[in-house]
Amino acid sequence: MSPRAEPPPAPATFSKSEMMIVAAARELAGQHVCFVGVGLPNIAVNLAKRTVAPDLELVYEAGVFGARPARLPLSIGDPTIVTGATAAMSMFELFAFYLQGGRIDVGFLGAAQIDRFGNINTTVIGDYHRPKARLPGSGGACEIAINARQIFVIMRQSRRSFVEKIDFRTSPGNVGGAANAERIRREQGWLGRGPSVVVTDLGIYHFDDSGEMRLDSLHPGATIEAVRDTIGWEPQVSPDLAVTPEPTAVELELMRIELDPGGAYTR
Amino acid sequence: MNTSKVATMHDAIAAIVRDGDTVAIEGFTHLISFAAGHEIIRQGRRDLVLARMTPDVIYDQMVAAGVARKLIFSWLGNPGVGGLNAIRRVTEGDQPSLELEEYSHFGMVARYTAGAANLPFFPLRSYFETDLPVVNPLIRPIESPYGDGTVYAVPPLKPDVTIVHAQRADANGDTQAWGLLGCQKEAAFAAERVIVVVEELVDEALIRADPNRTIIPGLIVDAVVVEPWGAHPSYVQGTYDRDNRFYLDWDPISRDPAATDAWLAEWVHGLDGRADYVEKLGAERLASLRPSAPAPSGSVDYGEYR
Repeated sequence: MSPRAEPPPAPATFSKSEMMIVAAARELAGQHVCFVGVGLPNIAVNLAKRTVAPDLELVYEAGVFGARPARLPLSIGDPTIVTGATAAMSMFELFAFYLQGGRIDVGFLGAAQIDRFGNINTTVIGDYHRPKARLPGSGGACEIAINARQIFVIMRQSRRSFVEKIDFRTSPGNVGGAANAERIRREQGWLGRGPSVVVTDLGIYHFDDSGEMRLDSLHPGATIEAVRDTIGWEPQVSPDLAVTPEPTAVELELMRIELDPGGAYTR
Repeated sequence: MNTSKVATMHDAIAAIVRDGDTVAIEGFTHLISFAAGHEIIRQGRRDLVLARMTPDVIYDQMVAAGVARKLIFSWLGNPGVGGLNAIRRVTEGDQPSLELEEYSHFGMVARYTAGAANLPFFPLRSYFETDLPVVNPLIRPIESPYGDGTVYAVPPLKPDVTIVHAQRADANGDTQAWGLLGCQKEAAFAAERVIVVVEELVDEALIRADPNRTIIPGLIVDAVVVEPWGAHPSYVQGTYDRDNRFYLDWDPISRDPAATDAWLAEWVHGLDGRADYVEKLGAERLASLRPSAPAPSGSVDYGEYR
């Protein structure tokens, strides 16, 4: 951020998507190496790099470490992630040495469906062999969920996306609960500790000792009722439920002018 | 010493790609040979097994044109836009007509790597506690022979033909690329036959002046096709940008089967080849895709040792 003579004025309005992206970006404060997923993670991570985490190393599955994108890439294989990066390499090197070798602190993913334990579906809606909707599939998400030290998820909340039972497990979270997940990770030698944050258009969830997501912060204007109406199970709610601080003028300006002037992600 | 492998796209596809082949047109967002895909459509190949990590718009077009019977892939979408609608039409609902065999990205990279290295499988730490091995029985758990746990194995993928785009090659097929390298090298070494499509044909001396940049040697190349703008609407680092507008425009076209057929008639069947396509795109569109400024690398000194 460029230095300013005086603090910017408080923003007049912001969209639910802008609040979600800002909240997700702030969660990256203090993190070092982040593997950037397709779509919403891309703008959240790029916003974090320009605000709370200027030293964040951006890793793109296309084969880039230490990216410094000068514009928000529409696809995650955009030429702007290469120019000025620390390293561009084959995808074998990226997945084998950087990810599976244990160099990734945060894997930042989107999802079509998620369950209370943070297991993710991005493959199909309905039966696999006769799907109602065919989704993209894993990409790198399956191995990111297993090998990144922790997983952040950003996605909009709805009865279709926050479900009691996902239709297909593409990327494992806390499987059937924390005790089960810990045993599995230990026995199978996973490097990852699984999901730690889910940010939606209504609030911020972290994972409690049982491995289930718990609502820790409500975004301004969101209500517990709205959360319950858009989730397929009875959600855990923190006794110390906070209200997410509103986006600052700086955060909004970065998104609206620099990162997403067309409003592809933020509307 | 070496004879030239330079061929037209028409002749290269006619000689090298056969009905029923497993064909990999690779390139991760970058360096995707749309020109080769269009020529395969134009020549009416049938029953192809199309392999690609990310099928992208090119395989949506090829599936719409009826060349494919099966896809092998790891991420099936229009990057940055949404779904691949022609593929969705034949993979959703009660009677899908296109066979799918799916992996994760690392699984696909590992398959090409095993194919290139003549290994019976490649091990990876992925797929634990997921449904992918359930729906794809070729993804199998194996015990470490050293007694330290279980990993998953994927089988080698050896395409009959791999086609990759690159910045430059010499007439022998010694090929150099920079930017995102995807799995161009692995997919080429895994294949029985290889076509490289390049923006620029260069002297062997230029290749030899920078050997670290060579990703594919002429040793494994069967044909070199010189096709400027051959990757459009994909891109070539340093030469032209990804035409994101095209990817966005493809979404409504591909949602409508009649519009899809009309597009194929106008932009593929109605043209003789890439030179016509480039002319039809027009100078203004092309100019808008040039990089905003050059960003040359520094040069390195290999030294001479006699």
